[in-house]
This record gives sequence, C-alpha cells and structure tokens, in this order.
Amino acid sequence: MVTDRSGDGTRPGTGRVPSGSDLPNGSPAESGDVPLLRLRGVSKSFGPVQALTDINLDIPAGQVTALVGDNGAGKSTLIKTVAGIWQPSSGQLIWNGKPVHIHSPKDATDLGIAAVYQDLALCDNLDIVQNMLLGHEAEHFGLLDEVSMELTAKKTLQDLRVTTVRSIRQLVGSLSGGQRQAVAVAKAVMLDAKLVIMDEPTAALGVSQTELVLNLIKRLKNTGHSVLVISHNLNDVFQVADRIAVLYLGRLAAVTQAADLDRQSAVDLMTTGASTRLGNGTGAGHADAPSVGTGAEG
Amino acid sequence: MTEAEHNEAQAQAEQAGSVAVAGQPGAAGDVAERIALASAPEVMANSLGEYTRIWLRRVRSGESGALPVIIGLIIIGAYFQISEHAFLSAGNIANLMTQAGFLITFCMAQTFPLLLGEIDLSLGFNAGIGGTVTLWMVAVHSPFPTWAAIIVGIAVCAAIAAIEGLIIVWLRIPSFVVTLAGLLGLNGVLLWLFNETGSVGLGGVIQNHNGFINALVSENMSPTLGWIVLIAAVVVTGAYMIIRDRRRRAHNLVAPPLSVTLLKIAVMAAVGLVLVLVLNHNRGVGLTVLSGVPWVVPIVLGLFVALNVLLGRSKFGRYVYAIGGNAEAARRAGINLRRIRVIAFALCGVMAGVTGILYASFLGSISNDIQGGQYVLYAVAGAVIGGVSLFGGRGRMVGALLGGFVVAVIYNGVELLGLSAAAQYIWTALVLLAAVTLDALARGSTPT
Repeated sequence: MVTDRSGDGTRPGTGRVPSGSDLPNGSPAESGDVPLLRLRGVSKSFGPVQALTDINLDIPAGQVTALVGDNGAGKSTLIKTVAGIWQPSSGQLIWNGKPVHIHSPKDATDLGIAAVYQDLALCDNLDIVQNMLLGHEAEHFGLLDEVSMELTAKKTLQDLRVTTVRSIRQLVGSLSGGQRQAVAVAKAVMLDAKLVIMDEPTAALGVSQTELVLNLIKRLKNTGHSVLVISHNLNDVFQVADRIAVLYLGRLAAVTQAADLDRQSAVDLMTTGASTRLGNGTGAGHADAPSVGTGAEG
Repeated sequence: MTEAEHNEAQAQAEQAGSVAVAGQPGAAGDVAERIALASAPEVMANSLGEYTRIWLRRVRSGESGALPVIIGLIIIGAYFQISEHAFLSAGNIANLMTQAGFLITFCMAQTFPLLLGEIDLSLGFNAGIGGTVTLWMVAVHSPFPTWAAIIVGIAVCAAIAAIEGLIIVWLRIPSFVVTLAGLLGLNGVLLWLFNETGSVGLGGVIQNHNGFINALVSENMSPTLGWIVLIAAVVVTGAYMIIRDRRRRAHNLVAPPLSVTLLKIAVMAAVGLVLVLVLNHNRGVGLTVLSGVPWVVPIVLGLFVALNVLLGRSKFGRYVYAIGGNAEAARRAGINLRRIRVIAFALCGVMAGVTGILYASFLGSISNDIQGGQYVLYAVAGAVIGGVSLFGGRGRMVGALLGGFVVAVIYNGVELLGLSAAAQYIWTALVLLAAVTLDALARGSTPT
C-alpha cells in the first residue's frame, strides 16, 4: 500500500520521510489477510477544530488493538466515528475489504461493530439475562420464553468464561464494575459482534476487577473477535494488546506491534508525538520514524 | 443496615463475583451465599431452609419486596380490630372489598406511568369521564347495549391518556406538566359533559339503573360459585407454577425447591379459603340473606393477573422496566421508546376507564363533583406504599394491589371508628410516610 504511505510522508508539520526499513515494525499481519476494518485517510473536524487528521489504521481480525494517547488526542472521536455516532469529514472506512458508510450506531451494529459502554448499555433494575437479551427477547406462545433466553445467556457467558451459573438472575445493579463490563461485552458478542470496541474498560476498577476485564479481552481474542480498546493505563495495554496505535493531537503518531514498543517510547509518543528510542531500532534515528509504518502496509 | 455495612456487603458480593468468574468452583458454597444477597431466592435455593435463609438475607439487605406493606397491613388491621370489633366482621369485610376495588384499579392504572418514571395526574378526572360516558349511554331514553357502553367508556379514557402520552413523547414536555393540564382540563370536560347530557344528568348526577353495571361491585357471587372460582384459581395457578419449575429443571436451570412452590400454593389457597368462608357467611340483617363474594373481587383479581402477566411475561412489560431503569440503554437495545411510552399511557387510560365504571357501580351513580384530584393522589400514594418507585423501573403490580388495599383499609377503618375526614387524610399521610421511610432505610442510598 505504497499509495497511502506517500500520503503519510507529505503530511504537513511532521516532515517525516518514508522509509522502507520501518515496514516490519508496524506491519500487522505480514500476510495477505484482509484486515477486518481499515481506516483510510479519516479526518474529522468540528467546525474549526480538527479532531482527527488523516488517520490510516488497520484493525486486523482476531487481534487486540489498543488505542492510546493523551487527553484530547482524539481517541474517543476515533471510536465514535467507527461506531457510527459521528461520520468522518473525509476519508473512508473499509469493512472486510468493502468500503462502508456508517451513518448510525445501528449501521455499526448491523455490520458487527459493537461499542461497549458499560454505564450506557445496561439497566440496573434488570437481571443479567434480561439485560443481555434486551431488545432480542425470545417468545413462546406470545409470552417471554425465559428458559430459552436464560440458556442463550448462559451459553454466551460460558463461552467467554464469565460464568457464575448461580447468579445469572442477579440484578445488574448489584454487579461490580468488571462484571458489568463482562455482561455488556457478552451482550455484544451474543449479537454477533465481530469487532468489540471498549472505551477505558478498566478505568475506576480495582486490581481484581481489572484482571477480570483483561482476561475477558484475551478471551474475546481467543474466540476470534477483534477488539479495539482505549486505555490510559499502559500496564493494561501491554498486557493484552497485540498492536498499539498511538494518537497525538489528532494524528496517528505510531502503529506498532506491542512487542516492538516499550513503556518509555509509548509515553514519549503519547506526550510528544515522537520517540527517539524507537527510532534507534530502525536506524533512521528520526523522531517520527515508527509512524511511517502507520497501518499503511497491510 | 448502615452505610458501612452496605458497602461491606457490596464489596463481598464483588469479591464473590470475581472469584467465581475466575472459574474456581472450590469456593462455590461460600460464593453462592454472598451472591444470594443480590439474587432472587427462587433461583438460588435448593431446599426450603436454604430458601428461607436467602430470603431473610435479602430482606435484611433491603430487597424486602412486598413484606413491609403486608406487615403494615397487619398492624393497621390489628389496630382497627382492637378499636372496633366490627372491623373483621363478614359485613365489614364485604364492604371493604367493594371500597377497595376501584382504589386498587386506580393504583394499577398509575403503576404504568410510574414504572416509566412518569406520572399521570389527570387519572382521576379521566376515570370520571369514563364512568360518565358509560352511565350516560345506558341511561338515555333508548339505551345502548351495556357492553357497548362499557367499551366506549374505556375507549374514551384510553384515547385521552394516549393523546397525553403522544404530547409527552412528541413535544418532550414532562408528563407532570402535560397531565397537570389534563387534571385541570378534564375537570372542565367533565362539567361540560354533564351539561351536554341534558335531563339525564340533571343536578350534576347520573343515576345508574343498569343491572349489569350495578352488579359489578354491589352484587355477590353465589356461595357455590365462590368456591368453584377459588378452586379453579388455585388449581390453575398451582399447575402453572409446578409446570414452569419442571420446564426449568428439564433444561438444567435452577428452579425453586418443590417444597417452596407447594408452600406458596398452600398460602394462596389458605388466604382464599378464609376469604371465601367469611364472605359466604350470611351477613344479612334480620330475615334478609346476604352472602357470597362480591363480584368486584374476582374482577379485580382477574385484572391483576392479566396486568401481572403483561408486565412480567411480555416484551412490552420488559421494555417498560428497561425504559424506567435506563432509557438510554433501552434505546440502544433498539426499543422504540415513544411507542412503549404511548402504549403505557393508553393502558393507564384503559385502567382509568375500568376504575370509573367500578366507581359508578360502587356509588350507584356518578356526579360531576367527583374528587378527581384527590383520587389521583391516592393512586400515587397507594402505588408508592406498595413499593412502586417514583423514579421508574422498580415495583410490581402486586404492590399496586396491596398499596391500594392499604388505602382502602384506612378509609374503611377510619369511617368505621366514626372519625372525621381529617383523621382519614392524616392516617393516609402517615402510612405513606412510614412506607417510604421504611423503604428508604432498607435500601440505603437507592432512591425510592
């Protein structure tokens, strides 16, 4: 995908030089697989404010992609664009190799993109089964078929290994933060989500609850789902992510395999948009070196 | 339960959840005990003893369900019985049933908007209009068929409430304001309606001479029929409960222990037995024989079962709770919020119409000075006493049934004791406050 890289290189202000030696760094799959979702030159502006500029990002199937960045870097704008809450001002989304226009959250859901917001997705006054099946109830002679719904919910939770069989009729309001995430994710998975987007899933969670959510993300990956997770917490990111995309002031500062990035360079990228440490490996020594690989080669 | 205890319990529940989620069945027993705090005993227990323990723990943690209102009912009833021995006489109990009928259906009507987090202040006058339309249609010189009069009366109320619902969802005006306008406007409509009836509603009163409508509240089933209805009700309900549990077990889902189900059926049968026994007792004065269960009892219980199934076992009911709990989540789940809200208001109107007809049957007439503003507040009070939350999403039809009954018991008892209207208002106020206070204390931080 040399065409996109030329676009990258000529971006104003960064002055980076495309360099072939960076290719292995950011390459997602190294194979001919079509990424589940590709963002091509996606920009989003709110009036005079440029929230996202020319984002080129591949989200491969069956992998966990972490989106990191400082406050105001555009992380939320990016996932809301993918989830259909906002439309990009320019650029293109390509889902399974086909260009798509996502006009509403429903369009996103229909494609198989599920954004999980734990507080917005669940009714505290309903139990786990009722929440998971909400809007998709099974009926039996015109009345709710609680047995089949409970079995469906139970199976999904078991597949995700979040099963506490005896508490499946527990009110969601009595669940902990991590458990709520689990229920919200299970609901998305049950509705055939292929890409699960999680916004700060471990924020405000304790240690054990964070562990629960991270295990859930790994489990999602093992069951063939793609996950796009936003997080401030680099510990969490390094624990679960296969790929890390760093946003800096609305631009993609870097996309690399998680293994190729260390904490310090991640922090550098998040705070300054550049990292000298990463550059060493590529021999270029240029601050923007890793960003050249920005999902462009997949 | 203090704040600290509450937090501790929550922390324990969290702990329990995370352990179980991590897939360590070793601690299952302990974990299950803790999770039980937040789960229905029906789906947690394997024996009667365990069921009782889980239930008690739930009550202590604030999920007391219908318990406070039942205890309150017993206390109030005991006080009236001690003060006036006629309170629990067959005659007064029959009287109480006829008074309770329309108050309970008022509370049932109000439950629909309350579950959505809305309110219908126009309910009282709406019911008055429904009763007036029905009585007018059977009181004219060449009367309409009774069934037509009843259907039209109910339909008018449903249409009025549905229009209010439409205004609420389309113009996004709070239901409080829209139905406050309804409260004032419908009072005017009621007065206008009486003017239009001409000679039928002379002096602002339409007398009822229709036998069927009169029988709804003021006549009784024959003693034999009372027994038949009771036995049929117990058999059908019991069979349903047992079959439902069997089906759950057949699919390896947790079902309440058979002993618990049998106990529930036994309690239901015992209450029915006592009621029918007392009401079948001759309560006539002198040579007149007066016995049997008033028709209003099976009518109200039938409505209760139907609405209970609607709220608990239908998609519509599930969506009402979802919207009341978290409208945004309901919207994201693809639920048409406007449709559900309008239907709920229309159902509130249907129940208002039923109430108006029962009220007319109870009084034997309907007048243009019906206390619509006062009855609607009784409806709210009764529902809240029964545990229906003003913030939506919490409460059940059985709460409306019991809460409405409490209001009726106070009305009946205070009148029996020969106390003034002042006492009746103050009693109702105190019971309402006590119910809400108990509820607030029990659940700690969650709003009523």
